[in-house]
Amino acid sequence: MSFHLILFLAFGAVCAGGAVNLLAQRHPINSALSLIAVMAALAGEYLLLGAEFVAAVQVIVYAGAIMVLFVFVIMLLNAGEEEETKGSRVAILFGVPGILTGSVLMASVVLRHSGTEAVAIGALPGHPTDIAQLLFHDFLLPFEVTSVLILIAIMGAVVLASKPEPAAGKVD
Amino acid sequence: MSVGVFILVSVVKSLIVLIALLTAVAYTVWLERKVVGHMQNRWGPTRVGPFGLLQPAADGLKFLFKEDLTPPHVYKPLFIAAPMMAVIFALTSIAVIPFGNSIPIFGYNIPLQITDVNIGLLLVLGVTSLGVYGVALAGWSSNNKYSLLGGLRASAQMVSYEIALGLSLVGVLIQSGSFSLRTIVDAQGGRFLGFIPRWNIFHGQFIGFFIYLMAAYAETNRIPFDLPEAETELVAGYHTEYSSMKFAMFFMAEYANMITVACLATLLFFGGWHGPLFGPPLLEAVLPVFWFLAKVFCFLFLYIWVRGTLPRFRYDQLMSFGWKFLLPLAIANLVATAIAVAW
Repeated sequence: MSFHLILFLAFGAVCAGGAVNLLAQRHPINSALSLIAVMAALAGEYLLLGAEFVAAVQVIVYAGAIMVLFVFVIMLLNAGEEEETKGSRVAILFGVPGILTGSVLMASVVLRHSGTEAVAIGALPGHPTDIAQLLFHDFLLPFEVTSVLILIAIMGAVVLASKPEPAAGKVD
Repeated sequence: MSVGVFILVSVVKSLIVLIALLTAVAYTVWLERKVVGHMQNRWGPTRVGPFGLLQPAADGLKFLFKEDLTPPHVYKPLFIAAPMMAVIFALTSIAVIPFGNSIPIFGYNIPLQITDVNIGLLLVLGVTSLGVYGVALAGWSSNNKYSLLGGLRASAQMVSYEIALGLSLVGVLIQSGSFSLRTIVDAQGGRFLGFIPRWNIFHGQFIGFFIYLMAAYAETNRIPFDLPEAETELVAGYHTEYSSMKFAMFFMAEYANMITVACLATLLFFGGWHGPLFGPPLLEAVLPVFWFLAKVFCFLFLYIWVRGTLPRFRYDQLMSFGWKFLLPLAIANLVATAIAVAW
């Protein structure tokens, strides 16, 4: 067993364990923290594949920015523990076996039809210059269009979140 | 280099850097007390050792032997984990900071850096962006309104200023074409017109440096942007409920972050270890490290100087400064640099 494989399995175990813990925890802040652990472990897997840039971006964007906002909102709303209802028992009874069969089916289909060999260590073109070449040369137009899409989403969020302005000339 | 030697060298380097960093943290606290004291016509620490030089050791012992109080109303797992997270993330980012060129020891060429990765700068940014969790979770888990407000302020402030901080560095990245801190420093060797050093700050990145400096004060929660622990409004902010070593860990994290930020400023804008070299071979080998440390010291002194000079901003002033002034300025700087490089 090579050192890389051990690391891959360890990060994978953290990933899967964190995901299960995310569902099992009752308190939202614990769930958010286990999601951060999943993100960090995923970054570790990217590093093992040699995609250093993707790993760094994964940490900066997901663990460092998006999840901070999640935690921020949980803190701000002071969300308490979730309560168990009758519906949640039904969800456990039918949801867990359903998800298990679904994921096994999906994994078997992917494994049967992929037809490729196992991904080698360092197989991804992870050097920042390669990614820059792809983003700003080969796929420049889709990249810029995506940024416009994000801009529209930001403007929509601002419009939705802003308070309605009082009508002009009306004093109360 | 065989695997065994590589591991041995890495462990020794990590230990040396860690011990040096922790010592630097302790003596930055001493320096701050001394300098601010003199600025306010006081003496600062004088009793323990000559010039109070043993004061950090006495403080450390005091923190270790103080009662470690855990208030009954806190959320215990995160209350204990938060200071650890703060310290771990603060100490991790030093791993990619280069202190000088490589030096030959026992026939091996050893770079003065724990590890050189080609995404070094991104790694520092990523780890510092994780550092906000220590502060935010400390504020939340304390279950105290002042702590919570401090934690909220800290997370909002750090997320906001991270954008300006990151954008201010892009100008440097465009000019040097690499994320590796070593390559960025190597690109700053040489001189303009024979006497002006080819540092990035003299190479069109003056505005970038200004933005970086402002954002760095906010990122490290230092005066004039120390709103998360504004004692006039929030008792002590996010660490109100902490005592003894857990409290000291937040302080260690803050000063370690200051040192990392000062190291980054030196590497990115002030030419890293470049400086005049002279004298016998041994002196020439040590001088780059000396120049690096001297520049870092200047930044730490500037931090303390600002602390002794400026009052604290209001929170809305802080936010509008970051979003309405620093961010547009950083974008303008980025566009101008890109046009200048493309020319």
